[in-house]
Formats: sequence, structure tokens, C-alpha cells
Amino acid sequence: MTGTWLGMPPFPVAAREALGNEQLRTNLRKATGTIRGKRAAVVDERADWEALRVAGKEIKDRTLHNLDTYLEQLERKVTESGGVVHWARDAAEANRIVIDLVRAAEADEVVKVKSMATQEIELNEALAEAGIAAYETDLAELIVQLGHDRPSHILVPAIHRNRSEIRDIFLREMPGVTAALTDDPAELAAAARAHLRRKFLTAKVAVSGANFAVADSGTLVVVESEGNGRMCLTLPEVLISVVGIEKLVPTWQDLEVMLQLLPRSSTGERMNPYTSTWTGVTPGDGPQEFHLILLDNGRTGALADDIGRQALRCIRCSACLNVCPVYERTGGHAYGSVYPGPIGAILTPQLRGVTADEVSPTLPFASTLCGACYEVCPVLIDIPQALVHLRAKAVDAKRGKPSAERTAMRVAQWVFGSSRRLRLAQRLVSIGGRVLGRRGRIGRLPGPFKGWSGARDTATPPRQTFRTWWESR
Amino acid sequence: MTAREEILGRIRSALSTVDKAEIVVSRDYQQAIEGDLVGLFAERVADYRAAVVRTTADTVPEAIAEQLAHFGIGSVVTPADLPADWVPQAVTDAPPLDVPALDAADGVVTACAVGIAETGTIVLDAGPGQSRRALTLVPDFHLCVVRTDQIVGTVPEAIARLDGTRPLTWISGPSATSDIELNRVEGVHGPRTLVVLIVG
Ligand code: SF4
Repeated sequence: MTGTWLGMPPFPVAAREALGNEQLRTNLRKATGTIRGKRAAVVDERADWEALRVAGKEIKDRTLHNLDTYLEQLERKVTESGGVVHWARDAAEANRIVIDLVRAAEADEVVKVKSMATQEIELNEALAEAGIAAYETDLAELIVQLGHDRPSHILVPAIHRNRSEIRDIFLREMPGVTAALTDDPAELAAAARAHLRRKFLTAKVAVSGANFAVADSGTLVVVESEGNGRMCLTLPEVLISVVGIEKLVPTWQDLEVMLQLLPRSSTGERMNPYTSTWTGVTPGDGPQEFHLILLDNGRTGALADDIGRQALRCIRCSACLNVCPVYERTGGHAYGSVYPGPIGAILTPQLRGVTADEVSPTLPFASTLCGACYEVCPVLIDIPQALVHLRAKAVDAKRGKPSAERTAMRVAQWVFGSSRRLRLAQRLVSIGGRVLGRRGRIGRLPGPFKGWSGARDTATPPRQTFRTWWESR
Repeated sequence: MTAREEILGRIRSALSTVDKAEIVVSRDYQQAIEGDLVGLFAERVADYRAAVVRTTADTVPEAIAEQLAHFGIGSVVTPADLPADWVPQAVTDAPPLDVPALDAADGVVTACAVGIAETGTIVLDAGPGQSRRALTLVPDFHLCVVRTDQIVGTVPEAIARLDGTRPLTWISGPSATSDIELNRVEGVHGPRTLVVLIVG
């Protein structure tokens, strides 16, 4: 497996391969099940969870609807506080800015705190090409990096690896590690600590992302657990943060919502061990040079789509991955993107463009539309609605003319838009399913449905929908 | 055209059909909680496997000494403006200690800005008795003194008390990772031991 996403097979091919990997499925099932349980427990603790979700959605919608204003406000505040703001249209431009800044600091290595944005732009590869070594410092990212692998989960990128695989990677790749190392998680973590300690204490430049950027105060926020984030944000002389333009919240007060939604939804904790905030530079405390790179890289394209736009509300908690039956069986690599799972299925095709490559148009089909992702999303992103919308777009783009499949997606979109229509449609499907199903499964369908049904066995629709059963009780 | 102009232009055209009236955020979630906040704070901090100790204002130095002895902490660094009698033998951070000096210390003792009961969180804002961020990061042991009047119930109450433009560190338990088969391991890069001393 190579370190980049380029040339990945489309989802149906990758998924079929992943389904054959027993180890992967066992690791995943165990991990997602555990996080699901923890999340449910801390969410149940909050009687006001729904009110928090609504506030979270409104904060992000307010941001997106006035994004230009808030970005200019953030830029002004960061600049006033001694930071430097850069704008990057795409990955190449962002990477070039980082490389120039590292060179200006006369450094040939950087420490990195886990960042989806820098993975998205494949910064590590660009730095390597420029002769700059990048050290991932998050334990899971380190495992991925040393394993010459790709992350497979937003929150726990090495979720697909078990302890003995991790021990093998450390033995092979980590200088100074001997065969005495066992696969005890505490010992493995201690080995990582020792490996990175000197880097932290001597690195001149750090690169980070940010979970949030506050427009009215100019504050950047990083949420983490291990302290590697604090190390990167505090000890180096120069800090470079690459942040997607959608990461804003309008006001300092808005953090009170986000800092309650994010840890509970992602790690299932009331609060993560460490949250760091900083505003520009503080004399005598932390990096004395701060650069903020505001990254577009396809986000404005998503912003222009009335239905797709909601994907930009995402706070990358990964709750939707952990409840997704498709993700649980295929794992993150099958999505061919740094954003896997349900959110990846709607975000990736929008960032890249639905027809940009082989993978993107297949991603909106990587779902059963069961709706579990919508149920858990802390910012109420209607992922099923966006999936159906993007399926229609993908089909449109391929055919360029009306087709049965496109019409089906249009109908689905219309059906999902109203609960009355959904009820009616479910009754019709249940009748149709009885005619179609053989041995309780719908295999490959003929004609225009081939692409849709080729990668999955569709369960025959039940005779009774949940709704009719509920109503008849 | 600069990247800045181009991105702002793309945003404006993307939003050309969007109603730009500011959305009012409904804040009918829980703002404050009542009851035994200190007790809740102690319980939630302990939940993260931090050590929690309670003491009174006139016995702070003794309580600190007892914890340092218990954890075998010999060399201690402290912010220059920490009450001098709290840790008489400490090396103070004035002039600022360099990183090797911080790395050589066994532990650090500081005050804090705010404690949050609901989440078991302490917040440092580089204010009195806290010094800069590196001080509480590099040594492997951190003892943090929290006065009961610094404890609030909820995250919204904490946000209201804090100044967003100061460098903040929110700490909920010691450094931890769950990256290996989701087993919680305490202490990766941050301090592996956190002691919270509640005063009052
Ligand atoms: S889409 Fe929602 S549930 Fe999924 S990662 Fe984003 S915020 Fe979390």
C-alpha cells in the first residue's frame, strides 16, 4: 500500500477487496462497537443534547452563509495579534506556502500534529520532495507513517491495526527499539514517547491544523489527548497552521457549543484531555512566529451547492463512521480518500468534483441510506439527503442525458424530502420487493441499475415497513 | 488576482442566492448547573484517573509537600508568582527556564484560572501562578491548585469567564491515548501524572 490516495480503485472494487480481509473486519468491528457504546453513554447524560445539536447546526450555517465576512474578520484579528495570514486556492499553493516558510526558518524538518487538512493536501509528500522531513506526532498517525500506510479513520487513523501489527511496525521502523519490546499498549506508547521526545524539544518548526477558528477573537483551537498537540503548539519557534476555510465559528461564545459536541461525539468523553487555544503570538509564551494558511481546495465549490453545502458543517468527530454498516465492513481505505465513511462519501466528491477521477462518482453509492449517520451527527448533517443528491449528480455527469438510473435518483431525492412521500414509497417498495426477490436477496439488477446493484446484495424489502408496523401496534 | 481576492470572490458568487441575514443561534441548552459543584468537580476529575486531594487555605504547603513526597517528586519548578511558601524548595521560572532545564525537572506546581465541574476540567490562562504554557507541559508531573471559588458548573460558564485572546490550556486528566486497540494508556507526551489540589 502506498502513502498517497492517487490511483485508488473506485469504491466497489476496493470494498470487495477489503471484505475479504478477516483481520481488518475483526479490528474494525471491535473498535467501532466500543466507541459507539462510549458515545451513547455520554450523550445520554445530556438531557439537552438535541438543543446542543440545533445550536451547533445554526452556528455552522451562520458561518457558511456569511463566510466572506467572517474570514475577513478572522484575518484582521489574527494580523492584529501578530500572526500572518496566507490564502491558498488549492493543495499545490498551500504546500508551496508551507515549504517556503520552512525554508525561511532555515529548517529541514518539522513536527506535525494530526491534521486532516494537511493529509488532504498531501503535505508530507510535498515536504519530502522538497527535502524536508515531516514527523507525525499523534501516536496513531505515527503508526500509519512508520507503516508506510494510509489513515483509515478520522479519529483513530490506525484503527485497522492491532497491537501485534503495531509492535512489528515499531520493531522494523523505529530506531533504538529492540526485540524486548512487547505488544503491551503501555509499552508501545512509551516507545513512541521516547522516539519523539527529542524531536519535540529541538524542533524549530511545527505544522498543525485546527479544529476551530474564532472570527471575533482571532483564536485558533486544537483539541487532542496525548499532549503531542501541546508540544507542537508550544515549543517550536515557528508555528504554521493549515486550516480549511469552513473551520470558522463566528464568536468566542460559540465554542461553548462546539467544545461540548465534539468530545462527546468523537471519543465518547465529556471532555478530551487537552484543548489548546492561541491568538496570534504571545510574547514570551509559545511560538514567536505564527502563520495561518486559509485553504479553499474545493470548499467554495461545495459552498455553491444548496444541498451539498451542509457537508461543510462537519466538525470531523467521526461519529458517522462508527455507526455506518458499510464503513464497519469495508474500513476506511476503500473510500480512497482522507475522509472516509459517510462524511467522506459526500465531502470527497464535492471537494474534488463529482467527475474529477474514477473514485469520486462511486462514493455517493457507498451507503445503504439507513440514516444512522444522520442520527448521530452533532451538527445535524443530513448525509442521506446529500448522498441521494450527489448520486443524481454523478449519474447526470456520466450520462449527460436522462436515464432510468438518474430518474430513480431524482425520485429518491423527492421521496426523501417528505415523510409522507417516504411512507407511501416504502409501501410500494415492499410490494415490488416481493415480486423481485429471490431467496430473500436482490442480486445484480439488469440495465441501468447494474452499477448500483453490482457491488451489493440488496436485502429484499420487508413486507411491512417500520412505520406501518409502528402504527399498527 | 491574489489568492485572497479569488477565494473571497468564489465565496461571494457561491452565496449569491443565499439569504445573508444572520442566523440567530438558539441557546436553549443548559447554561448553568446548581448543587455541590465542588463535589462534582472532584468526582469528574477523579474519573479521568487524576489524583484529587482536598485541603484548606492554611494547609496548602503541607498538602503539596505530602503529594510531592507520595509521588517521589524531588526537583520542582514553579511560576515566579506562585505564593513563595507553597513549594519553598522549587526553582522558579524567572528568568524563564530553558527547555533542557524544564526537561530535567521532576514536576511542576501551578495555580489555575477556572475549574469546570461538569467535565472535570481545569483551565490555565497564563495568569497569576501559572506562567507560560511550556512550564506545565514538559515536566512529567503536574500538581494544579484549584480554589473552590474558581470552580464553575458548565462549559458555557467557563467560556464566559475566560478571555479568548489569552493562550489557554484546558486539561481533563493526564495525557492519554487510546490509539492501540482503544486501550486507554495514560501519559504519552504530556505529563503522565496530574494531581488536582482543591482548596477551600
Ligand atoms: S458528518 Fe457529522 S457525524 Fe460525521 S464526522 Fe462530520 S460532524 Fe461528525
